[in-house]
Amino acid sequence: MTDPILQLRGLEKSFGDMQVFKNVDLDVAPGDRIAILGASGSGKSTLLRCINVLETPDAGDIRVGGKPVGAVGSNGRVRYSERELCALRQRVGMVFQQFNLFPHMTVKQNVTEGLRTVKGIASAKADERALKELSRVGLADKAETYPSRLSGGQKQRVAIARALAMDPEILLFDEPTSALDPALVGEVLSVIEQLANEGRTMLLVTHEIGFAYHMATKIVFLAEGGIYEMGTPDAVLKNPQKPLTQAFLAEHQRFHF
Amino acid sequence: MYEWNFWPVLSESGILWAGFRNTLILTATALSGGLVVGLFLALGRLSHRRWLSLPAGIVIEVFRTTPPLVQLFWFYFGLPIVLAVEMTPFLAAALTFTIQSGAFFAEIFRAGIVSIEKGQWEAARVIGMNHAQMMRRIILPQAVKRMFPSMMERSIELMKTTTLVATVSYADLLFQANELAQKTFRPLEVYTVVALIYFISISAVSFLAARLEKRFARSGEITQ
Repeated sequence: MTDPILQLRGLEKSFGDMQVFKNVDLDVAPGDRIAILGASGSGKSTLLRCINVLETPDAGDIRVGGKPVGAVGSNGRVRYSERELCALRQRVGMVFQQFNLFPHMTVKQNVTEGLRTVKGIASAKADERALKELSRVGLADKAETYPSRLSGGQKQRVAIARALAMDPEILLFDEPTSALDPALVGEVLSVIEQLANEGRTMLLVTHEIGFAYHMATKIVFLAEGGIYEMGTPDAVLKNPQKPLTQAFLAEHQRFHF
Repeated sequence: MYEWNFWPVLSESGILWAGFRNTLILTATALSGGLVVGLFLALGRLSHRRWLSLPAGIVIEVFRTTPPLVQLFWFYFGLPIVLAVEMTPFLAAALTFTIQSGAFFAEIFRAGIVSIEKGQWEAARVIGMNHAQMMRRIILPQAVKRMFPSMMERSIELMKTTTLVATVSYADLLFQANELAQKTFRPLEVYTVVALIYFISISAVSFLAARLEKRFARSGEITQ
């Protein structure tokens, strides 16, 4: 087995009095596609956001390439320097539920922004790269358009291109289709599927259980403040062992026909 | 019935234009200086570091809550005594109005910056931007568009408030108008002309600003 590129050890997060999760251990090896499922409020998004420290974990280690991120400060909590966070986030890309495209920039500029400002790549080369990523998501013809003129599905595909352009080793998808009209979900899922087929490493928080089943190599089910059940899609989704997983799946299949 | 006679005023209008020129110079200085000071005060006040946010907050509050005339007197009469520096009317006026408008601009900047949605900050962070890059490339360009109307309002206010500098003998439009009124014995006509100069120049700027605002609105601000 190859060495994991990302390891979480004893990760813990609370908001005020409410503990979201504790003792989360997770290994992500190259090529892993991990779908994170769970009831709303079970901490799926928070877990994802702790990985790139958009939320600061209260305790625990994030290790990238075997090396822990951050250093323990005088108060015993891990502190993260800005430089370290910038480096981490270049290795771990993220796609949001609400797309969060930059409205003052064209589609192409949205994709080149990180290349130029963060990586310092010259404009011609960055443009070339942006067009490559935009064609990958089928939007090369929208390069000069502003995001406000795009549909939700197109916006999300641009957001994926923006993340891909930075050459991340891991992609985090935080409910990428939850803000979309049902008719637009498919185009975004096919892009993610295509990335999965290329063997990219990704973590996906989703409510599309069918998609998770087909695309993921591993399912993580969150409940009771931690990883409640974990395994292959067949094991967890077809043959769940624990009551909360069973109840969750039963609820999701209630209106199947 | 008062008999209006503008001839004495118009034949000496060079005195007024010289004053108008000085008013514009002072306004432009205070405006450009104030924008820079305001941006730094706003960033200071928004900082998590207390040694930055506290002094920035104090400067902003002091200059927003004291009358500009008092500030001007303090810089003109007070500062030379306290620091033993030479003070000219222009320097005192420029300092006062740079910092004073900076304090007001700081609040406008701050409101603009915090009005930018959380998602924009996060999107900037997750592509690996540091704080300065995020501010410069993502947050401020969007904030400035939203701040523009309040900025214009404040700048117009500034141009009118600069008339206070006549009290420390800076030869601005109002100071020159006083001179001309004494010379011609035609105060009514002089101040009518002065009011017209302010009215026309400020209206022209407002008109241009409104057009610029419309263009901003068209260039794809709304999204999500």
